[in-house]
Amino acid sequence: MSNVTAPSKGGFTAVAANYLDERTSISGAVKEFGRKIFPDHWSFLLGEVALYSFVIILLSGSFLTFFFQASMTPVEYEGSYVPLKGIEMSAAMASTLDISFDIRGGLLMRQVHHWAALLFVASIGLHMLRVFFTGAFRKPRELNWSIGFVLFVLAMAEGFTGYSLPDDLLSGNGLRIIDGMVLGVPVIGTWITFLLFGGEFPGSDIVGRLYSLHILLLPAMVLIFIALHLMFVVIHKHTQYPGPGKTEQNVVGFPVLPVYAAKAGGFFFVVFGVVALIAATVTINPIWNYGPYDPSPVSAGTQPDWYIGFADGALRLVPPHLETVWFGYTWSWNIILPILLLLVFLALAFAYPFIEAWVTGDKREHHLLDRPRNAPVRTAIGAAGVTFYAVLWAAASSDLIATHFKVTMEGVINTLQALLILGPIIAFVVAKRVAIALQKKDREIVLHGYETGRIVRLPGGEFIEVHQQLDEYDRWKLVSYNDNAPIMLRPNAQGKITGAARLRAAFSRFFFEDRIAPVTPAEYKKALEHSHH
Amino acid sequence: MAKNDKDKSQLVAAEPSTGTGVVAPTEFSDPGLPPHRPRVTDLDPKVAKRAERIVYSLFYFSIAASVFAVFAYMYFPIEENDVHSVRMNTLFIGLGIAFSLLAIGIAAVHWGKQLMSDKEGIDHRHPVHGTDETRARAVEIFQEANEESGFSRRTLIRNGLIGALIAFPLPAIALFRGLAPMDQDPNNELKHTMWKKGSRLTRDPSGLPIKASDVTIGSAFQVIPEGLVDLPEHEMLDAKAKAAVLLVRLNPEDLNWTSKQRESWAYEGIVAYSKICTHVGCPVALYEQQTHHLLCPCHQSQFDVSNECAVIFGPAARPLPQLPIAVDKEGYLIATSDFTEPVGPSFWERAN
Repeated sequence: MSNVTAPSKGGFTAVAANYLDERTSISGAVKEFGRKIFPDHWSFLLGEVALYSFVIILLSGSFLTFFFQASMTPVEYEGSYVPLKGIEMSAAMASTLDISFDIRGGLLMRQVHHWAALLFVASIGLHMLRVFFTGAFRKPRELNWSIGFVLFVLAMAEGFTGYSLPDDLLSGNGLRIIDGMVLGVPVIGTWITFLLFGGEFPGSDIVGRLYSLHILLLPAMVLIFIALHLMFVVIHKHTQYPGPGKTEQNVVGFPVLPVYAAKAGGFFFVVFGVVALIAATVTINPIWNYGPYDPSPVSAGTQPDWYIGFADGALRLVPPHLETVWFGYTWSWNIILPILLLLVFLALAFAYPFIEAWVTGDKREHHLLDRPRNAPVRTAIGAAGVTFYAVLWAAASSDLIATHFKVTMEGVINTLQALLILGPIIAFVVAKRVAIALQKKDREIVLHGYETGRIVRLPGGEFIEVHQQLDEYDRWKLVSYNDNAPIMLRPNAQGKITGAARLRAAFSRFFFEDRIAPVTPAEYKKALEHSHH
Repeated sequence: MAKNDKDKSQLVAAEPSTGTGVVAPTEFSDPGLPPHRPRVTDLDPKVAKRAERIVYSLFYFSIAASVFAVFAYMYFPIEENDVHSVRMNTLFIGLGIAFSLLAIGIAAVHWGKQLMSDKEGIDHRHPVHGTDETRARAVEIFQEANEESGFSRRTLIRNGLIGALIAFPLPAIALFRGLAPMDQDPNNELKHTMWKKGSRLTRDPSGLPIKASDVTIGSAFQVIPEGLVDLPEHEMLDAKAKAAVLLVRLNPEDLNWTSKQRESWAYEGIVAYSKICTHVGCPVALYEQQTHHLLCPCHQSQFDVSNECAVIFGPAARPLPQLPIAVDKEGYLIATSDFTEPVGPSFWERAN
C-alpha cells in the first residue's frame, strides 16, 4: 500500500480512519453501506422492535446471570423478604428473591428482562403479520420467512426456559404441564421426560439444564439466525410499499448515514426507554407471592406468559375421555391431538410462502408490497389463521373468562370449541368480502373521483354532487397492483393432465376466482368521457 | 409503467417461466416520485432553530436523567424488612434510566426528521441471482472439484464418507443416556408411589396423622403419606409429586360404587383420591362441597367424587385413582396398599 499516503492534515479523526482502513479495508464497507437506502414506513419498525428488544434482553440478562444461581440445591431463605424467611427453597428461587429484594436495581433489571421478553415475542408476531399481509414473503424472500419463523419458535423456547428458571410455584407448575405433555407422546415420551428431568419430576437437575439452554444454546442460535435474517435483508434490499416512483427495480427512502442511522438508532433508545419505564412502574412475575415450588398447593387462575397461551388453550379445548389402549400401549389422544393441531398450524405458517408460490406459479421477484386488499384470499387466510390462534389463546384464559363474566366454565369451553372451527371460517369470509369491497371502492374512486360534498344545481333544475378526479399520483397508487387470474388447466408435454396440475388449478381458482381487476386506461377514458357530458 | 414492464420482462426471461397465472399489469404510466415538499424547518429558520433547541435540550436532559439514576441508586437504598424501599429503589432508578434513554431516542429521531436532509434517495435493485457468467463459473468449479476428487466416480469412497458422517454422531446420542440415573427405569418409578400398607394419612404440610373422627362430612383434607416430611428436600418433592392425596367425607349414601371391592376402599364415607390430575399432572384440589365435584385449576378437568372420581368435563381421560384406606387401632386413617394403578398423566407404557 505504498501508493496510499496518509492524509497530511485532518486531525485525529482522519488519522484514526486511515489507521483503521489500512488494517481492515473498512472504507469499502462504508462506501457500500454508508448511503444504502432504506424505505420508510411505520410497519417496518416492528422488526426493529424485535431486534432491539433482543438487545435489551441480552443486556439485562447478562446482569442477571451475575447473581442468579441455577441450582436446585435446597437452602433456607435468609434474605430481606420477611414472609418467606426461614422457608426451605431451591438456590434458584432464593437467588431470584435476592435479586428482587437485596440488590439495588435488581428487581428493575428482572422486570426489564421479563417485559423485554414479552415484547420480543409480541413484536416478532406482529412483524410476521406485517410480512404476511403485505406479501413480503414472496420470491426472493421465502427463505428469509423460514428463518424468521425459526426465530419466532426460538423466542418462545427462550421465553419458556426463562419462565421456568426461578423455580417458583408457577414455573414448577408450568414444568409439570410440560412433563405431562411429553409423557403423553407415543413411544418415546416416557424416556424423554425421564432424561429431561434427570429422573422423576421434578428431580434436581431441570433448572440447571434449562439454564444452559436459556443463556447459551438458544441465544447463540437466535444470534445466528438474526445474523442470517439481516444478511438477507441486505442482499435482497428492503421491500417498499407501492406508490408513484416506486418500482420493482428501485428502493426509495433515506440513506443509512445520516438519516436512517439517526431514526433507527434513536428508535432503539425509544424502545429501551419504554421498556425501562414499564419495568420501573409495573410489577411482573412477583414470585414472592407464589412461593417455592410444591406439587401440592392449589393455584387457581394462574396463566403462562402470553405467547405460550395458545398451546395451553389447545390442551384445554380437548373433549373428555380421549385415550385408548392399543396392543398394551396407551395412546393419549388428549395430548397427541392438541400437539398435532399446533404442529400442523405452525407447519402451515412455515410453508405458506412456498404454497402460495406454487399456486400462483409466479416466478418473478417481488419487491413492491401488496396492499392487503389487493390479495383478498391471502388476507382472508391470514385473518382465519389469526382467528384460530386467537381462539386458542382465549382458551388459555377460559377460567378467568368464566369468573369475570359470571358464565359457566362448560359454556365458555363449549363456545370456544365451536369457535375454533367456525371462527376461522367466518373470519375468512368476512375478510375476503371486506377486501373485495375495498377494491371495488378503489375502482369507483379511480373511475369517478371522490365526492367533494359540493352540490350544484344545473340549469335544468337537476342537483348533482361534483366529483373531483384523483391526481395522477393518487391514481397510480390505486391502479398499479399485481393482478392474478386463475391458472388454466392444460395438459403437460406428454398430453396428460396430472393430479398435481388439477390440484393446483383448483387452488388457483380458490385464490383468484373472485378477483377485482385494476382499472384499465380504456375503462378510465370511458368513465371520463361519460362524466363530461 | 412502460419502462417498468420492459425491465420486468427481462427479469422473467432470465428464469424458467411458468408464471401462467399472471395477468399483465395495467398500462397507466407511473408519474414518478411526487415533487419534494419542503418542511417548515426548511422554510422558517426560526422553526429550525427551535427544533435544534429541542434536540440539544433533550440530550442534556438525558445526561441529567442518567445522573439522577445514579443518585437514586444511592439515595433510595433497600432497607431490610421494608418492601416499600424496594419499590422506591426500583421506581426511581428505573425512571432515571427510562428518561435518559427516551430523551436520547426522541432527540435523535427529531434530529433525523426535522433537521437532517429529507431528500429521498434511490437505490437500484438487481436480480438476486448472480450474473450468467458467475453462475456458469460456479457450476464449472463444482465440476472441476468433482473431477479432481473423483467424488461421483469413486462411489466406494463417496458412500464410505457418507456412511461415516452418519455414524459419527451416534456416540453423542448414547452419551445422553447419562442425563438420567442409569439404575432407574421410568416405568417402574411412574407406577409406584410412597404409599404402602399401613402408611398413616397425614396432613400436608405438617405431617400430623389424621383421625377418622376428625373428618366431618363435607370437609376436605390435603394429605401426604406418613414420613414424607422427614425425607430430604428433593426426595420429598419427587415423592410428593406422586403421592399427594385429597381426602373428603361424604354422606355414604351419596357415594356410588361400581364394585364391592371399590366400596371397601372407603371408610364410612371417607374417600381418598390422588390429587395429581390424570391429564397433565396439576394438583386437582378445588373441591366443591355441594356438588362433590373436583376441579383442576390448570385445564378445568372436572371429576365427580360421588362416582369414583369419573371425568365429567374437561380434557382428562381417566378418573383420579383411589387410595384404599382403613382405620388402625388408634383410630387413625391408614392406607391399605399403594394406589392400584399409576397416578398422574398417562404415559406410553402405562397399561402394561
